Amino acid sequence: MRKIKDILFILCMVPLVAFASGPEIKLDQAPIRPTDKLSLQRGAQTFVNYCLTCHSAEYMRYNRLRDLGLSENQISDNLIFTGQKVGELMTTAMKKKEAKQWLGVAPPDLTVIARSRGADWLYTYLRKFYRDESTATGWNNLAFDKVAMPHALYQLQGKQSLAVKTVDDGHGGKHEVKELKLDTPGTLSKTEYDLYVADLVNYLVYLGEPAATKRVQIGIIVMLFLFGMLGLTYALKLEFWKDIH
Amino acid sequence: MADIDKKKEMNSRRRFLITATSIAGSIASAAVATPFVLSMMPSERAKAAGAPVEVDISKLEPGMLLLVEWRGKVVWILDRTPEMLATLKKLDDQVVDPKSEKPQQPPYAQNETRSIKPAILVAEGVCTHLGCSPVFRKDVAPADLGPDWLGGFFCPCHGSKFDLAGRVYKHLPAPTNLVVPPHIYLSDTMLLIGSDRKESA
Amino acid sequence: MSKRLESMLEWVDARFPLTSTWKYHLAEYYAPKNFNFWYYFGSLAMLVLVNQLLTGIFLTMNYKPDASMAFASVEYIMRDVDFGWLIRYMHSTGASMFFVVVYLHMFRGMMYGSYRKPRELLWLIGMGIFFILMMLAFTGYILPWGQMSYWGAQVIVSMVGAIPVIGQTLSNWILGDFMLSDAALNRFFAYHVVTLPVLLVTLVFVHIVALHEVGSNNPDGIEIKKNKDPVTHIPVDGIPFHPYYTVKDIFGVVGFLIVFCGIIFFAPEMGGYFLEYNNFVPANTLQTPDHIAPVWYFTPYYSMLRAVTVNFLWVDAKLWGIVLMGGSVAIFALLPWLDRSPVKSIRYKGPYFKIALTLFVISVFVLGWLGTKSPTPLYTLLAQIFTVIYFAFFVLMPWYSKIDKTKPEPTRVKE
Repeated sequence: MRKIKDILFILCMVPLVAFASGPEIKLDQAPIRPTDKLSLQRGAQTFVNYCLTCHSAEYMRYNRLRDLGLSENQISDNLIFTGQKVGELMTTAMKKKEAKQWLGVAPPDLTVIARSRGADWLYTYLRKFYRDESTATGWNNLAFDKVAMPHALYQLQGKQSLAVKTVDDGHGGKHEVKELKLDTPGTLSKTEYDLYVADLVNYLVYLGEPAATKRVQIGIIVMLFLFGMLGLTYALKLEFWKDIH
Repeated sequence: MADIDKKKEMNSRRRFLITATSIAGSIASAAVATPFVLSMMPSERAKAAGAPVEVDISKLEPGMLLLVEWRGKVVWILDRTPEMLATLKKLDDQVVDPKSEKPQQPPYAQNETRSIKPAILVAEGVCTHLGCSPVFRKDVAPADLGPDWLGGFFCPCHGSKFDLAGRVYKHLPAPTNLVVPPHIYLSDTMLLIGSDRKESA
Repeated sequence: MSKRLESMLEWVDARFPLTSTWKYHLAEYYAPKNFNFWYYFGSLAMLVLVNQLLTGIFLTMNYKPDASMAFASVEYIMRDVDFGWLIRYMHSTGASMFFVVVYLHMFRGMMYGSYRKPRELLWLIGMGIFFILMMLAFTGYILPWGQMSYWGAQVIVSMVGAIPVIGQTLSNWILGDFMLSDAALNRFFAYHVVTLPVLLVTLVFVHIVALHEVGSNNPDGIEIKKNKDPVTHIPVDGIPFHPYYTVKDIFGVVGFLIVFCGIIFFAPEMGGYFLEYNNFVPANTLQTPDHIAPVWYFTPYYSMLRAVTVNFLWVDAKLWGIVLMGGSVAIFALLPWLDRSPVKSIRYKGPYFKIALTLFVISVFVLGWLGTKSPTPLYTLLAQIFTVIYFAFFVLMPWYSKIDKTKPEPTRVKE
């Protein structure tokens, strides 16, 4: 029996190790702070200023942004540019059909993009655009080859270009490393831009599951209660099982 | 069975543990039931659809009735002529609640005309009997409603009658006056229905 | 009990077998006193069943089984409905935990020979429950109409098309269309919320009736009914289910809820195993995701489906894969007749059975893991090897269970 348990345990570990290998490019870890309301507010501002022009977040209501510590008036004054009411969904002005004509594909809805792509991918993607004359938009991306989306934030980040370096891996083999270098600086420094994108990704993660913070808060109470209950029911079990030898 | 101790009496410790577990279990059940019950309340979508509506009444002419939808209900906006307003006084002894004492209207509409501006009536077009929508009958003394009819609202479902301030006539199925919803004038011609706070616009 | 209550109970008992049912199934149902950890999972499966029924009803209140609205209605539940997120996570986590609990429940039966005489029918009813559960999981997974819902269902339904002669017609009949579409979503919804739950609840009821007829097995695999007190006719190793196992199971329930709520509140996606990341992308009928894998509880069978790469006996590899996959589930039903060991429990079985069971468990885990990966030649080879081991456990059982060196069973259960 003990042996079976050991084997079971080892087998449980196998998938964890195996899943550690990721996609082709190494993703940068997104500094997500779901409780930082100021960061989320900045992210929301960026989102409505830049993303919502082409993308929608059509499962999200504007007034839900009260979660971020904003009042309904603040939301309608600062975040709604479409003339919509505060209870309405974050749709986009751009028509899907037109967008498809201009860009080849309709821009995906972004409500749950952080849940399908993951925060790290978004954080990497939004920082890895580079100029590439071979594509229709003149932009390419290290995290998403031949992406149809042009770099919406290039004025902030500046223009990067691709530099392929051949590196000796120390075992006699050689492999290519793709790097980006900044050709034309934008209005933000690299550190500032990284923080800017971090706020946006923070917001996108919130957007993916607005109830997440509340979920964790309730969860802590539930767990405390259950552990108390566990002790109580164990005592009850022991008390009754005293009868049995 | 033979193995079970013969002296398995209900001792106080056992009784205490049963009580404590039962109480904890009841708390847990109530806690589990709460989200299920709350999930059946109007959702954010329903709340958004039930948001206050703005109505432009600049084109409303005297004697004209405007129908507006709010929360899936019809709301009447009636611009009463001086003749129409004059009928109200005459009907005081024929209606159930002439002074609008029952809370069927916000405090600011608890007056003789049941309105903020004397001429403009804002009322839900929903009969207080069983929810049909009464018909606007401004014709005086028609054949079907009798010679005493001075104009008002008549419910086709069960025959309740309301005067031009939405006050219900005596001895008819409907128990109370028509409901005046919360409303406020954002400007002289802009009316907000569903809220009496300007910020809600 | 007060006099009044007593007379009310008498009134009911004269018209409905309330007290006698209570006694027969709880207060005077004698269960072996040596149940261990593995015996929690039956009652836990009941708990999860109740959870699924309850949360399912409330999800149905807001879900829309329409290909153009389904995805949005799930997000509507997650955002606009008060506590909708909690109810949905309870249901999605419950689906996975149902399989965790049922797999452990089945493994318990395999360890202690619970399928052996006189519990063959009980085991077969259990297999029926397992089958319905898989159908429920499949039909339920389609409902959010995300990419994994769509393409997962596409793969499964394509299998029907592999059946010779009638396959294509049958597939069209199942889908109500020439492809997976709104028609299928709508009818799978009907199966998921009406047909299958009714069948499941009925079978669970029948499972318990059958259990209480033959009595519970135990870790020693001996029949407690063979040793009854001569005066009371109560098994000497039996204890009344209530209160002893009710209080024990309540403790088990709380322990389970700690794990269950831990997942719901802190890791509802469970690293992409309980809620797959690609299912947060609405179904796109024109584009298959880069990597599709079924939910974790189907991955072992999925591996076996992919493991067959050669045509054999005039039948092509595709059909063999499907036959093998179906067989890998169905073969459990034969266990009562494959096991020829003179003893039931692993405690008294010999080394052959222990080795065979260990290898079987390993093969299930390896196949399950391979099912989540994209196939490579190495992975396919591994899948083939472990498919053989998986089936060898069953096919060779009549032989190794017979020649195994067993220990004598005791006459009384051990603590």
